[in-house]
Amino acid sequence: MSFLSYLINGISLGSIYAIIALGYTMVYGIARMLNFAHGDVIMVGGFVIFTFVSTLGLPPILGILVAVIACTLLGVTIERIAYKPLRGTSSLAVLITAIGVSYLLQNVALLIFGSNARQFTSVVNLPGLKLAGGQLQISSVTIVTIISCIVIMLGLTTFINKTKMGQAMLAVSEDNGAATLMGIDVNKTISVTFAIGSALAAIAGALLCSTYPSLTPYTGSMPGIKAFVAAVFGGIGSIPGALIGGVLLGVIENLSKAYISSQLSDAIVFSVLIIVLLVRPTGILGKKIMEKV
Amino acid sequence: MKKFVSLGLAVAMAASLTACGGSKPTETTAAAGAAETTAAAAEAETTAAAAEAAGGTFKIGVIGPLTGPAAAYGIAVANGADLAVKEINAAGGINGMMLENKAEDDEHDPEKSVNAYNTLKDWGMQMLVGATTSKPCIAVAAESANDNLFQITPSGSAVECVANDNVFRVCFADPDQGTASAKYIGENKLATKVAIIYDSSTEYSSGIRESFVKEAGNQGIEVVADEAFTADSNTDFSVQLDKAKEAGAELVFLPIYYQEASVILKQAADKEFSPIFFGCDGMDGILTVENFDTSLAEGLMLLTPFSTTEESSKEFTEAYVAAYGVEPNQFAADSYDAVYAIKAAIEKSGVTPDMEVSAICDGMKAAMTEISIDGLTGAGMTWNAAGEPNKAPKAVKIVNGVYEMQ
Repeated sequence: MSFLSYLINGISLGSIYAIIALGYTMVYGIARMLNFAHGDVIMVGGFVIFTFVSTLGLPPILGILVAVIACTLLGVTIERIAYKPLRGTSSLAVLITAIGVSYLLQNVALLIFGSNARQFTSVVNLPGLKLAGGQLQISSVTIVTIISCIVIMLGLTTFINKTKMGQAMLAVSEDNGAATLMGIDVNKTISVTFAIGSALAAIAGALLCSTYPSLTPYTGSMPGIKAFVAAVFGGIGSIPGALIGGVLLGVIENLSKAYISSQLSDAIVFSVLIIVLLVRPTGILGKKIMEKV
Repeated sequence: MKKFVSLGLAVAMAASLTACGGSKPTETTAAAGAAETTAAAAEAETTAAAAEAAGGTFKIGVIGPLTGPAAAYGIAVANGADLAVKEINAAGGINGMMLENKAEDDEHDPEKSVNAYNTLKDWGMQMLVGATTSKPCIAVAAESANDNLFQITPSGSAVECVANDNVFRVCFADPDQGTASAKYIGENKLATKVAIIYDSSTEYSSGIRESFVKEAGNQGIEVVADEAFTADSNTDFSVQLDKAKEAGAELVFLPIYYQEASVILKQAADKEFSPIFFGCDGMDGILTVENFDTSLAEGLMLLTPFSTTEESSKEFTEAYVAAYGVEPNQFAADSYDAVYAIKAAIEKSGVTPDMEVSAICDGMKAAMTEISIDGLTGAGMTWNAAGEPNKAPKAVKIVNGVYEMQ
């Protein structure tokens, strides 16, 4: 019974990683850049919700909506100001800029909110499930997290396969030079990708802080790194890969905490990553890329 | 593409390493404002006092986290010292010699603590009350030993804090807290099955845990779950709590800081797991966490040498609230006692402000082992040459949102 409980908590944690990983993976797939500020957009989402729900007393759903809008605007703005001018230059420059943006967001949050942790009021206020005579308890946040993750995955897959914008994204990810020639507005496509990734970050922020109710300006950084690992693990650029990578990472983390050592869990997670990458350098669902000679 | 991914990973690892280092970027926020204004006010006042002091003025530095996650401790230490200095000066000083205090922020970061120490030395510090937290205190103690500057830490509880003979402390050492907790639990028959959740990335937490485990056997306490977390994984305690629950723990011992503890209490409540929670002095401050539902802390016990509800601390509490607008915690009391210990040692040793820093230190060192003070954190406190205090441990329980002395 306890195994099931660890497993479900692991899947829930993994679902959060997966939602965050989506942001990394989509941006990488389309803009060929690693947006390290993504984790901090989650933190911003958390603070927006905290401000609106806990401080101003708005209903949680409205708070999440505001956060989604705020994060979307933030994501698009960051892309416009910090990344777009660097498009076409060396990928290292963009990477460093992304790290710079990440620190900028953290420090602005520090300036505004201070670094004292706040207890986050869960946005999900439903009673949990009790199975097997109370032996197996699943909190409502856990269930909502897993369901949200599935819904987001399905929605995103449909969006990409069925809409014009989605097809444009696919085209840009395949070859953005050719896509431009075919009349696709690459800049717009990349902006939309950032918008979607950042909106997802706001949702991830709500779920993350509801599950682990401690909010600081550094809240996003560790989950951000883990989600990035999940994206690489599953195969960066691949949407189902983000899901598989995220969930596997969450489950491995929780089970190794439970059965091996709570001290070593992070070491184990990262060792698994190294082993996977040694065997499959492009990740579990990663595309095989032909190296041009 | 492969190269790009591996480059990205390398950056991720570097980033996570920085995260491990716990580097917190510099912060100059409104939170610091409160502490700064009190410090400024104190300065203005003590300068006035200094002008009329015939016997000169001792400059006492204070170091602690005035901003950041551990700010509740540092601000309390700065205020406690400030109050004691004001009282002593108002009563005519020490044989005509005045005290002047100045607090510097270290954000609970060893490197910044050393910077704070150097800033204070430039100011002319002759004695140091600090640092407030263990890791910074160890870093500062190495510096003060080089300078042979008298240091008394109110709350640096790691063993190494007082490794040098110029450093004394007011609080108990970590092992003593662990041992005292196990004894307290055993003697009061609170529980026989105990789970521990500790932070393996801080010396404070792992030090207490180690001595607790050692003493537990002697007290007939069975440690049924011994779970760790680190600074990088301090938000998710579901597995640790599940294991404690599974093992049938009647009491969960939390030798950790209050911030993580507040998350643990919340997650335990969600799991409907309600053992007795028992913490040490790091738990002090839990009622101040923003947006924390204090009813979750109901019944929580902690080992602390100070409670505002005690008769002996009434006067101090009133003065403190009047001056700083908040209730004092144990750290304020420790720091207040530290300044009174300095006063007693100055009287005993006969040092004067015009002496060399090193000579003052030698005099104070010898005098510390001979004095005995009735402080807020214990009656008849004495010190040994190793720098450790000798006083009786006390525990409080949170009842209706306030500490109740047990």
